[in-house]
Amino acid sequence: MQYRTETKRVKGLGTAKHGFSHWWMQRLSAVLMIPLGIWFVVSLMTMESLSPDALMQWLHNPIPALLMALWTITVVYHASLGLQVIIEDYVYGKAMALTLLTLIKFAMFAMVVATFFSLFKLVS
Amino acid sequence: MAEFSLPKNSKITKGKYVKAEGATNVRKLKVYRWNPDTGENPRTDTYEIDMDSCGPMVLDALNKVKNEIDTTLTYRRSCREGICGSCAMNIDGTNTLACTKSMKDCNDTVAIYPLPHMDVIKDLVPDLTHFYAQYASVQPWMQTDSVPLPDAERLQSIEDREKLDGLYECILCACCQTSCPSYWWNGDRYLGPAVLLQSYRFLADSRDEYTGERLEDLEDPFKVFRCHTIMNCTNTCPKGLNPGKAIAEIKKLIAERHAL
Repeated sequence: MQYRTETKRVKGLGTAKHGFSHWWMQRLSAVLMIPLGIWFVVSLMTMESLSPDALMQWLHNPIPALLMALWTITVVYHASLGLQVIIEDYVYGKAMALTLLTLIKFAMFAMVVATFFSLFKLVS
Repeated sequence: MAEFSLPKNSKITKGKYVKAEGATNVRKLKVYRWNPDTGENPRTDTYEIDMDSCGPMVLDALNKVKNEIDTTLTYRRSCREGICGSCAMNIDGTNTLACTKSMKDCNDTVAIYPLPHMDVIKDLVPDLTHFYAQYASVQPWMQTDSVPLPDAERLQSIEDREKLDGLYECILCACCQTSCPSYWWNGDRYLGPAVLLQSYRFLADSRDEYTGERLEDLEDPFKVFRCHTIMNCTNTCPKGLNPGKAIAEIKKLIAERHAL
């Protein structure tokens, strides 16, 4: 028995006064993924060969390289926003939730850097 | 982690079976029973109902059980015409009002449980105090700064009044609230569809002057944005309302606040 009213529980720590931008960016990235995803799949399907050499040559062109960077970053960003929601929904332990949320953000940054580094290596 | 299985002392066991002697037109009610005073696990009792001497609705069948078969059966009921919201319960897997649900629309054996994922007080009676505190937290009354004329009402055009249709009819039965998985997992912080629909009822009211304050208080990753448009709320509402749309309208107003 904790002797606290339901009103105390409901009011809790008060409103965070944010939450919209997360929701909005998740939607924007989802919309951006539609044309980029179509471009990605169509490009792979129309390529004459899917050998590593052919793919490297394709990414040597600036437009495929830029779109590839945009596609990867959008996917990673969208995934990190989505995973954050899953953690917030289902993981109740504060320490566990904080650890996972931090790992997701770190993984996102690492993947974005890896994307740029790989493309830069290919193009240069 | 969220709990996906029942704790040991909540596992449901098989209870008694009561036959309807001499009846020819028989339907069965399988009812969740739990008594806090016995310390026993919950169970499901099955009652045969003689439909030749029973009213057409599920609530009539429950009343028949309580009046003629087992007086210990506990449930809330009052108006028996779908306006008080007391007899909200889970019937054949869907939250609805027992008084407006016809036995004809149910399975042969009608499965009756309390509203899902609420603490149970006894049998079919859930503890709704948290839900009511959440309802109070959105200040569901008209708020104004301007002083009304002493000899006149606050006027509203017919078009503005129509914006409240589909909102004012909510009877706070908590069917939608307790059908929402987001509310099951995060009901302590997520306001839930019924409370958000009630909140939008005042956001949509042309006479209310506290729209900004209301939106400011709602913008929170948990209060509103736990809604993942699962739409169980709209599916289950026994009054045919659309809490999912009301929440979407709140999100649109918050977006507008951010200059979109």
